[in-house]
Amino acid sequence: MSMPRNFDELFEATSPWLLGEGPHAEMVLSTRIRLARNLRDVPFTHRAREEQLQGVLASVQSAAQQSPSLHDGLLLRMSECTPIDRQVLVERHLVSHELGDGARPRGILIAADQRLSLMINEEDHLRLQALTPGFQLAEAWALADRADDELDVSLDFAFSEEIGYLTSCPTNAGTGLRASVLIHLPALVLLEDIQQVLKSVTQVGLNVRGLYGEHSEVMGNLFQISNQTTLGRSEHDSIESLERVTRQIIETEERARERMLRDARIQIEDKVWRAYGTLRYCRSIHAREVINLCSAVRLGVAMGLPGLCPLRTLNELLVLTQPAHLQRSQGGDLSPADRNIVRARLVRERLAAADHEAGANPQG
Amino acid sequence: MLCQICGKNPATVHFTEIHDNKMSEIHVCERCAEEKGMQASASQHKFEIADLLAGMVDAMTQTEEERVGHVQCPRCGLLYSSFKETGRLGCGECYTAFQFQLRPLLRRIHGDTRHRGKHPSRGGEGAVRTRQIQRMHDELQSAVEREDFEKAAALRDEIRRLEAEHGAGSAPEGRS
Repeated sequence: MSMPRNFDELFEATSPWLLGEGPHAEMVLSTRIRLARNLRDVPFTHRAREEQLQGVLASVQSAAQQSPSLHDGLLLRMSECTPIDRQVLVERHLVSHELGDGARPRGILIAADQRLSLMINEEDHLRLQALTPGFQLAEAWALADRADDELDVSLDFAFSEEIGYLTSCPTNAGTGLRASVLIHLPALVLLEDIQQVLKSVTQVGLNVRGLYGEHSEVMGNLFQISNQTTLGRSEHDSIESLERVTRQIIETEERARERMLRDARIQIEDKVWRAYGTLRYCRSIHAREVINLCSAVRLGVAMGLPGLCPLRTLNELLVLTQPAHLQRSQGGDLSPADRNIVRARLVRERLAAADHEAGANPQG
Repeated sequence: MLCQICGKNPATVHFTEIHDNKMSEIHVCERCAEEKGMQASASQHKFEIADLLAGMVDAMTQTEEERVGHVQCPRCGLLYSSFKETGRLGCGECYTAFQFQLRPLLRRIHGDTRHRGKHPSRGGEGAVRTRQIQRMHDELQSAVEREDFEKAAALRDEIRRLEAEHGAGSAPEGRS
């Protein structure tokens, strides 16, 4: 994958987490590891003065240059990004809403392979993130852990023997780790078993959120499951518990799909193809509808129905049809009504291109 | 996730609530949130922590609360009362300055108050040994809980040997 040297190149490149690759890619879209770190000698971001935050940006940038994992990354300062560009980064899961406001000296460093990124001066001075496609907790952890070790060589992190890594909010203190998977559970939602599953997930100390993280709504049957606590358990234990529970959820969803197909195969196939038809030929469409229809098509792809688009196209559509992506590709502000028209055209073109690549006949 | 009140609309508003010292999460749709007067704020995350703190402070008397509120971090100057409002600490030193107030809060959030994860490379050999002894203390405790006294005795002897080898100064923090 070529290395993006500026925002334009980054915008054109596909985020690796959308590639539709990796273990269980048909069900688990992506795996994320996030580590929160702060510099010992600087107050936490919200209490630091502007020049102290400039100092943090500079020391983190210099530490990143010494780090083999991050040295050839692209640093974007939020103050130099337009509001739409900042929102593009939020839609790509590279920065949080908090970092996206751009008012203070903040930035994001994106490693050349785009799997690793580093938010600077968000709620904590550093938020290191590894984002990989599919279900690969061990790989994502290895990436983040290595980069953390490399940064640790030149940065003095706020740490206490008793409490561990010290963070601005005590909910992150200890490991500073948030491990999460983005998982697609249409059969459990359809068969109304999802409440039971989510309840047991929260009972074992894990957290469930929507597509865009904390406080976001569940759309397109996509759920983000993550560890809740960071103190008293090692990173390994937290990750292992998420791994174990996710495997159980995958099995439960697989069983639900089998049951659903046994009892109502034709109705499911009908739903899948109608969703595909709407996406393929729509003329005006809302972002939420794209996400929901893509969920049905994703189920069809996982069922092995021939003639649908690849997973990668579905993943890309999730992000490319979001408001900021649409507006940036159109070069400016669009009214919501115009966005729906532009979005419909983009969806049609992407699906037609996927058809063309596969050499398949959509009339199938 | 569906709204826990109406069970129809997707839950878009998430609250953390404390009742009888038990923390519970509530997921509801916007309409039900509005009807029940549970309005979502832009700074919900802070709200949750403030809520969590409010639940703890309930157990304190007015004077205790005032006294605790005036505790100040010597390094960044943050008052404990401001932390209570925002849910954000001011610097690493705040964890020491507010340790007596934070300990029960950390226990409530995480179910634990001691770090068991990775460490920065800094601190040299002494720190590495301290961690090793700390880990052995943990193992010792779980051996005792399992009633595996043979293992516990072996660990105790090993800890004594390590501590003797490197002086009493290597006893881990937070333990007497």
